[in-house]
Amino acid sequence: MIRVVLPHHLRTLAKVGDEVGVDVNGSPTVKSLLDALETKYPVLRGTIREHGTMKRRPLVRFFVCGEDISHESPETPLPDAVAKAHEPFFVMGAIAGG
Amino acid sequence: MSGIRVLAGTRKGAFILTSDEKRKNWKVDGPHFAGWEIYHMKGSPVDSNRIYASQTSAWFGQIIQRSDDGGKTWNTPGTSEEDLRGSDGMPKGGASNDFRYDGIPGTHQWYDGTQHPWEFKRVWHLEPAFDSPDHVYAGVEDAALFESKDGGKTWNELSGLRQHDTGPRWQPGAGGMCLHTILINPKNQKQIFVAISAAGAFRTDDGGKTWKPINKGLVSNFMPDPKAEVGHCVHRIAFHPSKPTTLFMQKHWDVMRSDDSGDSWKEVSDNLPTDFGFPIDVHAHQPETIYVVPIKSDSEHYPLDGKLQVWRSRTGGNKWEVLTNGLPQKDCYVNVLRDAMSVDSCDSCGIYFGTTGGQIYCSADSGDSWNAIVRDLPAVLSVEVQTLK
Repeated sequence: MIRVVLPHHLRTLAKVGDEVGVDVNGSPTVKSLLDALETKYPVLRGTIREHGTMKRRPLVRFFVCGEDISHESPETPLPDAVAKAHEPFFVMGAIAGG
Repeated sequence: MSGIRVLAGTRKGAFILTSDEKRKNWKVDGPHFAGWEIYHMKGSPVDSNRIYASQTSAWFGQIIQRSDDGGKTWNTPGTSEEDLRGSDGMPKGGASNDFRYDGIPGTHQWYDGTQHPWEFKRVWHLEPAFDSPDHVYAGVEDAALFESKDGGKTWNELSGLRQHDTGPRWQPGAGGMCLHTILINPKNQKQIFVAISAAGAFRTDDGGKTWKPINKGLVSNFMPDPKAEVGHCVHRIAFHPSKPTTLFMQKHWDVMRSDDSGDSWKEVSDNLPTDFGFPIDVHAHQPETIYVVPIKSDSEHYPLDGKLQVWRSRTGGNKWEVLTNGLPQKDCYVNVLRDAMSVDSCDSCGIYFGTTGGQIYCSADSGDSWNAIVRDLPAVLSVEVQTLK
């Protein structure tokens, strides 16, 4: 079970609380985690990654263990601390627009 | 229930305002989808409990919401458990916000005159059809028309419009290149009118397969050729359902009228104090009575002299009269956006509009007097009214 913290707007959309738990088979990557997240909460499809291209939306960021990994390859393995649920995976809305 | 239901989309959520037909005491319900921009909400003419809403965010993209109980509860179409269970038992669906252009999107003119790829940004307007509550059209930015026949679960582009020969000459207005108006002829539902900023008005007579620009008579001095076939910044068009051959238009500047389904236009601004503005609408029972809200200019988006005024013509243009009773007549510097005016169909027709200052005004007597239903909402983007029987 991986812990995922969603931004406020996506929590209200998915009707979830501060943190959700997502099961991922095998060694988790950003892609496999987001695939599992969108399978569990289909309403999130298209909100974090674009439909079709599956690219991260420009004003969305991914933080883990104090690092911004938004620009890493989606196939990059997540750190052990995230895979073992010691640390959450943060989906953030960029601070832009006031 | 019977009475009036006002659907207000704002910068920070949706609000639903209800009253009986006296339209004096209102209940304000909301915000729904708090914090999200709600560009538009509209109820089905077939089933008033079916309401569609466009929920959008620059961060998290487009969401389509649907209510089947008059706005009490909402769902994103296609994400219920049964929708998500494919024939193979694997999850599917979640495509209600998937607006994908048909084929290679191509390019349109950008602000600097260069060509720029078509990119989907948001849904500006949702227009439920007359034949089924599950049939609905969506006008989007960058300008295109989409259609759903399954209650908003999936969307397909009617690409004949965007792929019109003139497409590369369309350009964004200040608010983006948006398809913001969709009018379906109730007497001939294959005839649809749309308006795009800044391309102009277009008409299909075959249900959306082919389109023609209908901008003859428009003059836009911001273009190299002011009378060009396309490029006009049409802010809004309207008609009376009983007389769909007569169209009214609030253009960037100029209020216009067509009596031949848009084939030609003539100016009817006449004695308006300024003919810049955004909304235009038609009285529910008088096809020649129309309403506009004059705004000072394209550089100063607020009423002249700080006085909020609705102007009414009972002659389908020209001969305008000012309506101010109950509206602020000093220090008022709000705007009224293109989709933020609507009418009800009570015997004494109600006129409604919302402002960027968060007020929603109602006149229960065709514009003679006005009251604010609510004063301090977020900036109002759209107002639609349902008259419930």
